[in-house]
Amino acid sequence: MSTPVENDPLLREARELRWQLPRDFNDRLTEAIYAESARIAERTVSRRGSSRRLALHRRIDRVLTNPWTGFPVMGLLFAFVLWLTIAGANVPSGLLADLLLGEIYPWLRGLAMAALPAWLAGLLVDGMYLATAWVVSVMLPPMMIFFPAFTLLEDLGYLPRVAFNLDRLFHRVGAHGKQALTMAMGYGCNAAGVIAARVIDSPRERLIAIVTNNFALCNGRWPTQILIATIFLGALVPAALSGVVAAGAVFGVALLGFGLSLLCSWALSRTLLRGEASTFSLELPPYRPPNILRTLYTSLIDRTLFVLWRAVVFALPAGAVIWLVSNVQAGDHSLAYWAATGMDPVAVLIGLNGIIFLAYLIAIPANEIVIPSILMLTVLLTGQTGGEHAAGVMFETGDEGVHQLLTGAGWTTLTGVCLMIFSLCHNPCSTTLYTIYKETRSLKWTAVSALMPTAIGFVLCGLIALVWRSLS
Amino acid sequence: MSSSCPPSACESCAAPRGPAQRLGLDVSKSDHVVALAGNPNTGKSTVFNRLTGLRQHTGNWPGKTIARAEGGFAYAGKRYKLVDLPGTYSLRSASPDETVAREFILFGRPDVTVIVADANCLERNLNLVLQILQITDRAVLCLNLMDEARANGLEIDARRLARELGIPVVPCSARSGEGIPQLLAEVQAVASGAFQPSPYKLKLAVPGLREALARVTTALRARFPGLANEEWIALRLLEGDAAVGGLVTAGTLGRLTEDHAALARAAGGEGRVA
Repeated sequence: MSTPVENDPLLREARELRWQLPRDFNDRLTEAIYAESARIAERTVSRRGSSRRLALHRRIDRVLTNPWTGFPVMGLLFAFVLWLTIAGANVPSGLLADLLLGEIYPWLRGLAMAALPAWLAGLLVDGMYLATAWVVSVMLPPMMIFFPAFTLLEDLGYLPRVAFNLDRLFHRVGAHGKQALTMAMGYGCNAAGVIAARVIDSPRERLIAIVTNNFALCNGRWPTQILIATIFLGALVPAALSGVVAAGAVFGVALLGFGLSLLCSWALSRTLLRGEASTFSLELPPYRPPNILRTLYTSLIDRTLFVLWRAVVFALPAGAVIWLVSNVQAGDHSLAYWAATGMDPVAVLIGLNGIIFLAYLIAIPANEIVIPSILMLTVLLTGQTGGEHAAGVMFETGDEGVHQLLTGAGWTTLTGVCLMIFSLCHNPCSTTLYTIYKETRSLKWTAVSALMPTAIGFVLCGLIALVWRSLS
Repeated sequence: MSSSCPPSACESCAAPRGPAQRLGLDVSKSDHVVALAGNPNTGKSTVFNRLTGLRQHTGNWPGKTIARAEGGFAYAGKRYKLVDLPGTYSLRSASPDETVAREFILFGRPDVTVIVADANCLERNLNLVLQILQITDRAVLCLNLMDEARANGLEIDARRLARELGIPVVPCSARSGEGIPQLLAEVQAVASGAFQPSPYKLKLAVPGLREALARVTTALRARFPGLANEEWIALRLLEGDAAVGGLVTAGTLGRLTEDHAALARAAGGEGRVA
């Protein structure tokens, strides 16, 4: 029913009429708008002397957006937020684990065992409750520190300065400077980052921003990074330094993600998505003192609880699935055993193990539940608990307990490092993939978004494992 | 700071006073549809939250609102649906987020368009104000961030501005709530028809443009009966706007009109579009 542009009589008439108008009539209209605006503003706005406030903002901007000082300040701020999160989350995480896993879990288990058939008690308590409790104790404390800190920076007006600094880099790799903003959204949630790419006009640059958004660590992956960095890397150094080392490691992974997103943008804009980077104007808004209480409120209610709720909603069925695959027998062993041992050879080759692979398969709906899935599968498959009695002992000490559990299952520092890399480089969660499909309307680009990071993850982890093993 | 009507007049006039009743996401059976438009980072979402009681996340960076958000409030016995549009510098470009704003003001035909402007850079903000006034008469200017403008040593003659533009102008600081009662009163006055703005219209001083516009407008009316703002659309076609041209060839120009009208007036609404 649609007619091509050149054949549409209305458009043809408009085009013919345009030829009869002065050639610069477009510009004349634009100029008229500008001239009127200037005239009205001149009549209504007056300035009382000079403003010290503006001068101060300019001085701050000179430091924050200077090529030499801007990047170090950015790095330090980001690393500081991470350190604050790791150092601050440790204690409440332990307390929550003590309560939910050490106290409530054995009590609930005893209660369920007495009242329900064993399979139902197992499904409900060992499956659904345990997965949810783990999600809450692992995710809630870091999120309660990380989100408000990030939101405060955002409300101050720092984010546009970050975009301004990074524009140079994005421009050089043939991407749009606003990709810095979409990445910033991605650090919260990749699905949101993909939608945010709508601010980019050019379809080519928008696709680049969408496909590479996954390299911005999202909500669901920060807790994984923080936990693994704390128990595997922070534990290598004296306790006083462990927070700094763990924060440094997470910062390194985030930086690697940023580097990979530049690299992939560069590769895409040289191959599949050729073209020039377009220019745009970015407004640097004034610094505004954030309303701290309001920021705390919105970041706690809107982000923290929202993300936690999503995690719990996905953890409940995932807990049930995990319990089922671990308890439904096929031959001599459970389904989970067959799957994990089947994938083990490939997984070990890249520094991971079959349980991690299985956990990533189960956790496709949400990255939030990767760690709980790994922990539960490890408990259920390696039989470390040995019944109610041992379970209580294991969950007593929070992070330390998790460390014991994982090393008991054969994890080394290499496993931790490779898991951190793999957590950065693997397929986006199903929500993000669906969003990518909705935004691009293309199965091809959805597939690229899933396969490219996963392939990079395999290569990177494989290289690390190879080097690590040849050195040790 | 002076507002569009002096306080003494406000006390004696019959306009209802008092705070709005925030209805949050409840936009059912709204009597009036109000759009919030403006440049990026002028505090549209803060005004939105103030009026609806919702806590849509606000951020101090341009481009935060990508799709539109909707909420409701009740004031002086009427129910209002408020639509927060993405920030735009102009109505003449066609990025996906700007298209949302442009099509809603064009085809959604809100009863009132509240234009939120940053008092600190009025001149640049006026570019968009003048463009919006080309397509709608029923507008109110919310001169936001007045607290910052004062701190920056700026003084703005709001009464003069209101006279120049021909629409009500309300100085506000949405963050602290300053000026919100006056804004509500002005929105109510325009929505109810108690006040009919006669906005300043840009003069199209280009030889031959009037005649050309008239011909395209006639053709548009014939093909899309009931179309709103056909003159503005005709101007865009003359300027060679590919996006508007696309709407014509695809035949969706008319449909957009219906869709947006239906959407805007739908009882129950679809709530917040995240």
